Amino acid sequence: MARQEKKKDVVIVGLGWTGSIAGIELAQEGLDIVALERGHDQNTVPNFEYPQQIDELKYGVRLKMMQKPSQQTVTVRRNGGETALPYRQLGSFLPGNGVGGAGTHWNGLNWRPQEVELRLRSYVEETFGADIIPEGMNLGDYPVSYDELEPFFTQFEKVAGISGYAGNLNGEIREGGNPFEGWRSEDFPMPPMPTTYDSSKFRDAAAAMGYHPFPASAGIASTSYVNPYGMQMGPCNFCGFCERFGCYQYSKSSPQTTILGALKRYPNFEYRTQSEVLRVELAEDGQTATGVTYWDEAAQEEVFQPADIVILSSYQLNNVHLMLLSGLGEVYDPLTGEGTLGKNYAYQMNGGISMFFKDEEFNPFVGHGANGICIDDFSISQNDFGAEGFIGGSYWRSGTFNGQPIRNMPLPAGTPAWGAGWKQAIGETYGHAMSIGSHGSHMAYANNHLDLDPTYTDRHGRPLMRMTFNWQDNDLRMNQFMKSKMEPLAASMNPDSMRAGFKGPGAEYDVRPYQTTHNTGGHIMSENAREGAVNRYCQSWKAHNVFAMGAGNFVQNTQYNPTGLVGGLAYHTVNAIRTQYLSNPRPLV
Amino acid sequence: MTDLPGYPSRRNFLKASAAGVALSGLAAQAKAQETTPPVPLEDYDRAYLNADEWAFVMAATARLIPSEGDGPGAIETRVPVFIDLQLAGDYGSADDWYMEGPHVPDAEPARGWQTPLNPAEIYRKAIPVFNAWCEQTHGAAFAELEAETQDAALTALQDGDVALDPEIRDFFSILLANTKEGYFADPQYGGNHEMQSWVYIGFPGARAAYRAWPERHNEKYPLGPVSISGERA
Repeated sequence: MARQEKKKDVVIVGLGWTGSIAGIELAQEGLDIVALERGHDQNTVPNFEYPQQIDELKYGVRLKMMQKPSQQTVTVRRNGGETALPYRQLGSFLPGNGVGGAGTHWNGLNWRPQEVELRLRSYVEETFGADIIPEGMNLGDYPVSYDELEPFFTQFEKVAGISGYAGNLNGEIREGGNPFEGWRSEDFPMPPMPTTYDSSKFRDAAAAMGYHPFPASAGIASTSYVNPYGMQMGPCNFCGFCERFGCYQYSKSSPQTTILGALKRYPNFEYRTQSEVLRVELAEDGQTATGVTYWDEAAQEEVFQPADIVILSSYQLNNVHLMLLSGLGEVYDPLTGEGTLGKNYAYQMNGGISMFFKDEEFNPFVGHGANGICIDDFSISQNDFGAEGFIGGSYWRSGTFNGQPIRNMPLPAGTPAWGAGWKQAIGETYGHAMSIGSHGSHMAYANNHLDLDPTYTDRHGRPLMRMTFNWQDNDLRMNQFMKSKMEPLAASMNPDSMRAGFKGPGAEYDVRPYQTTHNTGGHIMSENAREGAVNRYCQSWKAHNVFAMGAGNFVQNTQYNPTGLVGGLAYHTVNAIRTQYLSNPRPLV
Repeated sequence: MTDLPGYPSRRNFLKASAAGVALSGLAAQAKAQETTPPVPLEDYDRAYLNADEWAFVMAATARLIPSEGDGPGAIETRVPVFIDLQLAGDYGSADDWYMEGPHVPDAEPARGWQTPLNPAEIYRKAIPVFNAWCEQTHGAAFAELEAETQDAALTALQDGDVALDPEIRDFFSILLANTKEGYFADPQYGGNHEMQSWVYIGFPGARAAYRAWPERHNEKYPLGPVSISGERA
């Protein structure tokens, strides 16, 4: 029989970005809060200290900051006819582990979606007609608009400490910013980061072709900064160890650098690590949750934690898994379209070109995860879907992010993989290459979804979650369009040679190479309980005292890195809890 | 500033960096600070590999990253030591991975790691099979062959021309990945001896402080590498 803990007002499942946001905002209301974190505790000191953190093998290759598949993983199949097999060794995506979650090891690329991305179905129907929407694509509108979310994007950016330059300030388009971004009520909290050599070459080439280059929006401090919670950040030194690493010098936006220190000072907040939530417990009538049951690793026993409000803020995959295991909705059936849990799992469609310049020096180790100059000239709001034959878009970026040689060794086409030819090539090429990346949207489809696996179980005996996912023609066509536009731009820079990597027609999902940790959907937001798992406040349609944070809410994925939208939605949700729910707990829609 | 026992101090790093600036023009100083010479590879006390496996790993890595030409090879950088230590550790035993059955080792490669074997077991099972193939095809175990024949044998292994059971079919790609890891990883893991690979390609290792550098365009960074333990080269 499970041990029972003292009842709390709020239990938070997972202490990453959104769990930290919920914790501090609800702690300000005086609520009694506990956060349960599956992983270990970690902080800048001592966990990310120099020089131990500057270790490509340990963190970059052996992935010691990430979720261990031995503890939690999924199974994967490309279509309903295949038998799903476990994702045994991390590859394609890297969920985080421990306090701070993925917010600790991300690159710091912080974007807002474009206005049309949040009402994409309506935009497509109005502009191009519903008949261009391919069979099987679950194209949808978000149940919240850009204008409604704008104050919360701004709030998150102030907390996270984002560097950049507004291209659209209250509707005024400003030279040097992104003219295609959604309006901003204020400029960025910090000015943009300095521009490295590769970025400057890309900027000049893009401008010469009539495009609109602008500095990337970076969760990396360009100056010293104090955020609204009183947390301090110091300017980045371009150490080049962002993605897969904790920041050793308080420069990268993370829960540790921007929230947790302030949150831990609230006496009404506590957190327990090594505490893996196994399920949400529902009341007998199924209309509310009574709390959560978790595994206490130290005590080696199950514990029931009663609470009035349950905030699900674990990683997207784990949030969906918990909801499936807890009966927080009906499981989505791709054949009938009925059910909501697991629906609209989506990902990201990326490509890029490496360019080689034997006589130029790029110092690829001088960089940061959100470095670079971008263009949005081929973004969702700019593409003619009717003429091009796809729905979607991408942003492009060029900027050194790390020069770590085990993983970052682009070599010209035709270079042998080993032997004397390989060794000669690395000596000649390292430091003399740059790249441009295309980071593209991924639509939602009936055939890409999540449910429970019939065969494989975790260490607690729970079924693993099963991912059914493959690349779809629409997104592959978008990617090939980007290739056709990027190659002339790259060629205009006159490299000695170049090498493109874009998935094309017929490409199948391969779980081995790292692609991106932008897994989205599965507990999507919706206007009504038939279409999705949560409402516009990310409140469960099934149990009104359960709120689900994170990218699982995405109706389909945007063309950008998800954190900015995740942060904006989190502040939108906690604002609704504070202003509408606490005084009168009920379904808010 | 307090120096913690067992940890290289930030102060020593700053001193090392300053020394690097002052001496960067002097070739005589571009050598790692070595107090005791390492155990010769032939006398190395192996943690996981047996004698035959060690002979194979020595010979194979010596062809994957050969000593001839510019830059160090796998032998000078002590890549075999790295591989032995990795296989003896939690990587070799796949401690972090989901290894529960049922296993489908003949699933197509895009489905990821599906063999029931961990990396250490794959080396143990695959090396005798490949050596037997070398004996049958070329008349001797891999380590005994001429360099040119070794290259041909490795190419056959890479191209799937050596019959391997599905459980061990990915041996070549694992061996090649581990070899490059050992070549480029921090020296604390046993390879990249004296940071020779970093010196060769121009990677500054654990310096990780380039505040003055983003806007120095098309100008080669002048300082040699430092390691996590405070070596410099």
